[in-house]
Amino acid sequence: MNSIPIEYYLILSAFMFTVGVTGVLIRRNAIVIFMCVELMLNSANLTMVAFSSYLGQSAGQIFVFFVMTVAAAEAAVGLAIIIAIFRNKLTVNIDEINIFKW
Amino acid sequence: MTIYDIIFYLFAAITVLSAFLVVTAKNIVHSAFYLLFTFFGVAGLYVLLGADFIAIVQIMVYVGGILILLLFGVMLTNKITSVEIKSGTIHVLPAVIGLGLFAAFVLSTMMTTKWKSNPAELPFTTVYDLGYILINEYVLIFELLGILLLIALIGAASIARKDKE
Repeated sequence: MNSIPIEYYLILSAFMFTVGVTGVLIRRNAIVIFMCVELMLNSANLTMVAFSSYLGQSAGQIFVFFVMTVAAAEAAVGLAIIIAIFRNKLTVNIDEINIFKW
Repeated sequence: MTIYDIIFYLFAAITVLSAFLVVTAKNIVHSAFYLLFTFFGVAGLYVLLGADFIAIVQIMVYVGGILILLLFGVMLTNKITSVEIKSGTIHVLPAVIGLGLFAAFVLSTMMTTKWKSNPAELPFTTVYDLGYILINEYVLIFELLGILLLIALIGAASIARKDKE
């Protein structure tokens, strides 16, 4: 019943990853950059599930589970940092946050 | 063209289109809602690949947790009444050139490699296998991830909290 070759899934996730990297590079708002990081993590997950399904092994899906956990932790800490920065600088645009300059 | 193919192309189109719109949308709230469609599209692809449990976890964790958290972030960091929630772009041209090369490299690698292309027999449900592996072979990583989540939540709360004078 499944007649889609695995390349299609890989190309789809490569496209999603590229779109995510594009967003991280060109957007100015830190929260949109976060969304693009989630896109990249999702594309990696899609690759792992595709391989796990085509090779008939469940271990790949376990790793997807781990990636999701780390993504949740990363989103919580990252948004806390963004809110702390917003409280000090009143902006979340990354080109205006240049407090590390000397 | 079977019904399976049609469903695949449908979900792939939803995923690709909304992923593109996440990056290009001017309004941050619109970006967040396009991200919702991307997550649902990927969840549909997981179902097609026979990963039913992962699909449910995807919807619960990403849509129910991370996306809501992102929307909270948008609401907390943009004063909706006074400041516009639009945001611009920077360095578009160098990024597009570099990523065009990157995408060409990845795509050519994927096209020219000979993958094992006929799918394995799909199990009826993956929940039993996943639970068994998670508690036996990967139990150490499982416990470590629990500790990681706890530390991340405590850290997030203490960073985002207002300092008491």
